[in-house]
Amino acid sequence: MTAGLQGAQETRAPAPGPEAGSKPLLRLNGVSKRFDNGLVAISDVSLTVRAGSFLTVLGPSGCGKSTLLALIAGLGSPSEGDIDWPQSRYNSAGKPDRSIGVVFQEPTLLPWRTVFENVYLPLKLAKVTRRDAHDQVMDRLSQVGLSGFESAYPRQLSGGMKMRVSIARALIRKPRLLLMDEPFAALDEITRTHLSLELLDLFARQGLTVIFVTHSLYESVFLSNRIVVMSSRPGRIIADYPIDAPYPRTEDYRTSVRYNEHCRSVSGALKEAIRAASASDPGPSARP
Amino acid sequence: MLTTIRAKLSLLVPPVIVGVAVLILWQIACEVLRIPSYLFPAPTMIADALVSDAAGLLHALWMTIRVALTALVISTVLGALTAFLFVQSPIIERSFFPYAIILQVTPIVAIAPLIIILVKNTQAALVICATVIAIFPIISNTTIGLRSIDRGHQNLFAINDASRLQNLLYLRIPTALPYFFAGLKIASGLSLIGAVVAEFVAGTGGRSAGLAYEILQAGYQLEIPRMFAALFLITVTGILLFVSVAGMTHVMLASWHDSAVERDT
Repeated sequence: MTAGLQGAQETRAPAPGPEAGSKPLLRLNGVSKRFDNGLVAISDVSLTVRAGSFLTVLGPSGCGKSTLLALIAGLGSPSEGDIDWPQSRYNSAGKPDRSIGVVFQEPTLLPWRTVFENVYLPLKLAKVTRRDAHDQVMDRLSQVGLSGFESAYPRQLSGGMKMRVSIARALIRKPRLLLMDEPFAALDEITRTHLSLELLDLFARQGLTVIFVTHSLYESVFLSNRIVVMSSRPGRIIADYPIDAPYPRTEDYRTSVRYNEHCRSVSGALKEAIRAASASDPGPSARP
Repeated sequence: MLTTIRAKLSLLVPPVIVGVAVLILWQIACEVLRIPSYLFPAPTMIADALVSDAAGLLHALWMTIRVALTALVISTVLGALTAFLFVQSPIIERSFFPYAIILQVTPIVAIAPLIIILVKNTQAALVICATVIAIFPIISNTTIGLRSIDRGHQNLFAINDASRLQNLLYLRIPTALPYFFAGLKIASGLSLIGAVVAEFVAGTGGRSAGLAYEILQAGYQLEIPRMFAALFLITVTGILLFVSVAGMTHVMLASWHDSAVERDT
């Protein structure tokens, strides 16, 4: 079956153009993940992510959002179903050329490397020489506002600065898809607001596709143009909202009527998700 | 600049004062109580012995240092390699780790005679004894270090399709370094102890006699000041060995690791 899919992909050339934004970048077909201990983390998730979208996956803790992101990142494979990259070529090992950048909840910088070397790391692992990478790394650092900090060590940076280095590192290989797993959860409110705006700026300028996992309703309505609400045990999608506010979004959007309306409707779905999680807990193998 | 010198002096001065005070009290006690030098020599007599026997003592010191350093190098290389082997597969570790522990818990004094009988070359036998003592902290610390990889770093390397070699060079080894150096610090002292203990058992004489032999001989001949002088040299060597390993650790880790970073806030 996989071979058939591969054949189909290779004939379809990635066509850039005005309608490229509506092309599916990624398709999840009935994806489930069951861990060795029998716990079903996510169950029968089907989702199509279009190029150029900013999708947030919203849900209470333990609803499998991080597991979903890990599967998309290629850390582990689904127990059932498959993940399909319609626009990617497949290499000889049958792995799609995914072009993904990942930002984790923690900055996960290497403490023994400078800021420059941390951002350079993905290129170094791809065997790009330091000299060839130099300008790209400096560009990324200036994009995240860290010019002048290239020779600092992570321990000398604040939490927000570390997260910026982490974002610069995720973007260094010019990925088409940026995966973010609650990246701002450990930061203070002011830094979080600031980084959210910067992220939107990057999203607009780079033509990225973003999948952003969060448990913050307000963050998801502010950032994304589509929200998928997940419920737990087993993790499944219970609602899918478009957020039609145009980009660029500024702080004014946060106080607009439209923002509030979106918050209200998504909030209803989130409450439903939490109720479903706490009320019906018949065990790991439960299916709706 | 001036303040850092002052800060360093304030660290150095108190222990020096204590040392000098103890030496003065010792000297006075020996003279006032007329303690004979074959029971407990005064510091000046020890210094005398140190100067007059300098050639013999320094030669013996060099022999001991040679054994200790050779053992330290061998146990570092062999210990680190063993640790790498252990983390390659749990089966290897489960099969061999108990024997590493046996090596550690068996008193060296008990097995040294056996090693000396089995190995013809006395110098080699001494090095083996010292290595047996010094290798365990390197093995156990490096093994723990190589295992202590941050889960997030592991995912980061996996997402960027890092090869096994890249994982080892850029992630496992740097993660293990602080643990390895902690092991090396312990091993540096143990290698010297191992060299001295082995020589006590072997009792090598002649040109290749080390400080332990000097101590034994001085004891037999009631040349107690000479015995103290040899003891003093061993102590100083141990301290120097420790300080140089600590310095090396600082150079390698100072820029990033919490244990070596000077507080800057």
